[in-house]
Amino acid sequence: MTTLIEYLQARIKTVITVCFVLLAVVAGGSLLIDTHHAHTWAEQHVPFFWSLFGFAAAAVIIGVARWFGQSGIQAPTDFYDRSHSTLCEEEE
Amino acid sequence: MTSSFIHPSVLLIAGALLLPFIRGPLRKPYLFFVPLLALCVVVLNTTLTGNFGVVPFLDWQLVLGRVDKLSTIFALIMALMAVIGTLYGLQVDRAGEHMAAWFYAAGSLGAIYSGDYLSLFLFWEMMAFASVFLVWFRRGPQSLRVGYRYLLIHTIGGIILLAGILLRYQAVGNITFDLLDVAHPELYTWLIMIGFGLNAAMVPLHSWLPEAYSEASFNGAVFLCAFTTKTAVYTLARSCAGMDILVVLGVIMALYGVIYAVMENDIRKLLAWSIVSQVGYMVAGIGIGTDMAINGAVAHAVVHILYKSLLFMGTGSVLYMTGKTKFTELGGLYAKMPATFFFTLIGCLSISAAPFFAAYASKSMIITAGFEQHLNWASWLLMFGATGTFMYNGLKLPYFLFFGSNNCSKETWAKAGDPSWNMLIAMTLGATLCILVGTAPGFLYALLPYAVDYNPHTAYHLLETLQLLGFAALAFFLLKKYVEPVDRICLDIDWLYRQAGCGFLWLIKHPLQWCDTAWGEAYRAVGLSSLMTLSRFWSWFDWHAIDGVVDGLARSVRALGGKVRVLQSGQIQITLYYAFSLAAALLVTFIFYQLL
Repeated sequence: MTTLIEYLQARIKTVITVCFVLLAVVAGGSLLIDTHHAHTWAEQHVPFFWSLFGFAAAAVIIGVARWFGQSGIQAPTDFYDRSHSTLCEEEE
Repeated sequence: MTSSFIHPSVLLIAGALLLPFIRGPLRKPYLFFVPLLALCVVVLNTTLTGNFGVVPFLDWQLVLGRVDKLSTIFALIMALMAVIGTLYGLQVDRAGEHMAAWFYAAGSLGAIYSGDYLSLFLFWEMMAFASVFLVWFRRGPQSLRVGYRYLLIHTIGGIILLAGILLRYQAVGNITFDLLDVAHPELYTWLIMIGFGLNAAMVPLHSWLPEAYSEASFNGAVFLCAFTTKTAVYTLARSCAGMDILVVLGVIMALYGVIYAVMENDIRKLLAWSIVSQVGYMVAGIGIGTDMAINGAVAHAVVHILYKSLLFMGTGSVLYMTGKTKFTELGGLYAKMPATFFFTLIGCLSISAAPFFAAYASKSMIITAGFEQHLNWASWLLMFGATGTFMYNGLKLPYFLFFGSNNCSKETWAKAGDPSWNMLIAMTLGATLCILVGTAPGFLYALLPYAVDYNPHTAYHLLETLQLLGFAALAFFLLKKYVEPVDRICLDIDWLYRQAGCGFLWLIKHPLQWCDTAWGEAYRAVGLSSLMTLSRFWSWFDWHAIDGVVDGLARSVRALGGKVRVLQSGQIQITLYYAFSLAAALLVTFIFYQLL
């Protein structure tokens, strides 16, 4: 396992190229597949629908999580110790 | 109890009670044997259908063994999980930790087999009180506090559930645990749903889960990730199937868990957030309520237990070997823990619903059921969440833990390595089942409550999944720097109840304490002196009046005694003289009285 990973890491550019080729094959394959069993109009008529959906969904989730974290949800690790020491000073 | 049905909880409880007396070389075989026996019993029970273990109690009939397809599949996976979990923690010396885990598993199996609300409630509470020890046994600096918070929340949930059960009994007149009238919900319907929903970590009643599961012992988390939430899913499927609000709550859970998992720095807390998200799919499936949706929810619960326990075993191995759980203190571990990496990767692919891995066979059933019921918004959002699941669990977890930048200290790096044989065997078992379910789900589908008319292995489903995962991976690697873990905690709704708790403490310590002190001072100044004056009066009265009467009487008796003593000279003739004189006086008095 370790040897295989190191072998691939040594050829990272080739690995990336192969991944891009695979992505292209998968996206291209979606144009050839029978979509009449798909549940919605968008799946049936928008080319590369799930490719676009996957990319957009991942980008949106990363964006929302980052915005959410930076808006104050991500706090220093001693946040509760400090905030408790204000309200519950005797206990601390 | 009917002879044909054996309750597996009895075996686990008896096994747990005997465990402290089994020591030395017999301990490990015993640890493996008891849950295995419980699993065998559950397998034997699968041949049965109906109500067993019916016990009359007061005016009710307690049903301890309701066996049908829904209870059977949940009992099977729970019993299997007890075997895998115990095998994983075989080297844990503390008998108490194994006892807590077995009591916990017994509570879960008991709740699953319960056919009435009373026995369900008892087993429900057994789960809560046993599982908290799995948090306390971590013995970390925060374990005690986290455990108490966990217990407090579950006690509140238990009270809500009990209130629902009592109100339902008042309205309906029986305690049968069955499908509620979700089309016309009463107050008790909502209370019962909330009671179950709290254990399913429904947002906003979910904060106990990420906090407690990330703080549990390395072995305890493997049990925790399986039993509480999935038993709650079972109870919801049994009682609240088709309740519309569950679709909304399930979708919120699925997305909320994703966002927090993407932000999380602690590997086990990430997995805990992932439970919130994945249970959201099950809750949504139960809310949709069709045969396919219920089948999907149940199938997803089963495979979720398999891959989530595998993931907690993988990350638990990292904790056990290195003592660390933060991405910012780990990284690059593939070289030191290749087997752990391999098994964790299988868990990651399974939760991501990658083709031929576990969730591939279950998650799409729920989403398809949503589309078929024209709940397109819910299905789209669940697909959106599924992309997030792949991103944080299929990419972020393995990448930043086993690859990425190596943040290990020298000490951590030196300690890192694959864990002991029993942990590896447990992970092998979990990984094998994940692949087996994903590639040949027929045996799982055969166990589902309703007949299955669904095939996940279609060309369209395969290409849909490959596109989704492939292009989500592309987005991840392009935007990787924005999901780089940072050493911060994520504030959640628990902030509110922590603040409320501190506010309550402040209220007790300041205004209420001030009132108490003021009252004490007033009492000392006014009440105490009045009381002393009154006491002095009563003392005087006692001395002069009560004691005067009593002492006077005593003095009179003593004086009379002194006079009578003179009569007793000790000479018989004088004594006879007094006696006959008294008798004569009495005789004369009597005669005189008669004559009158």
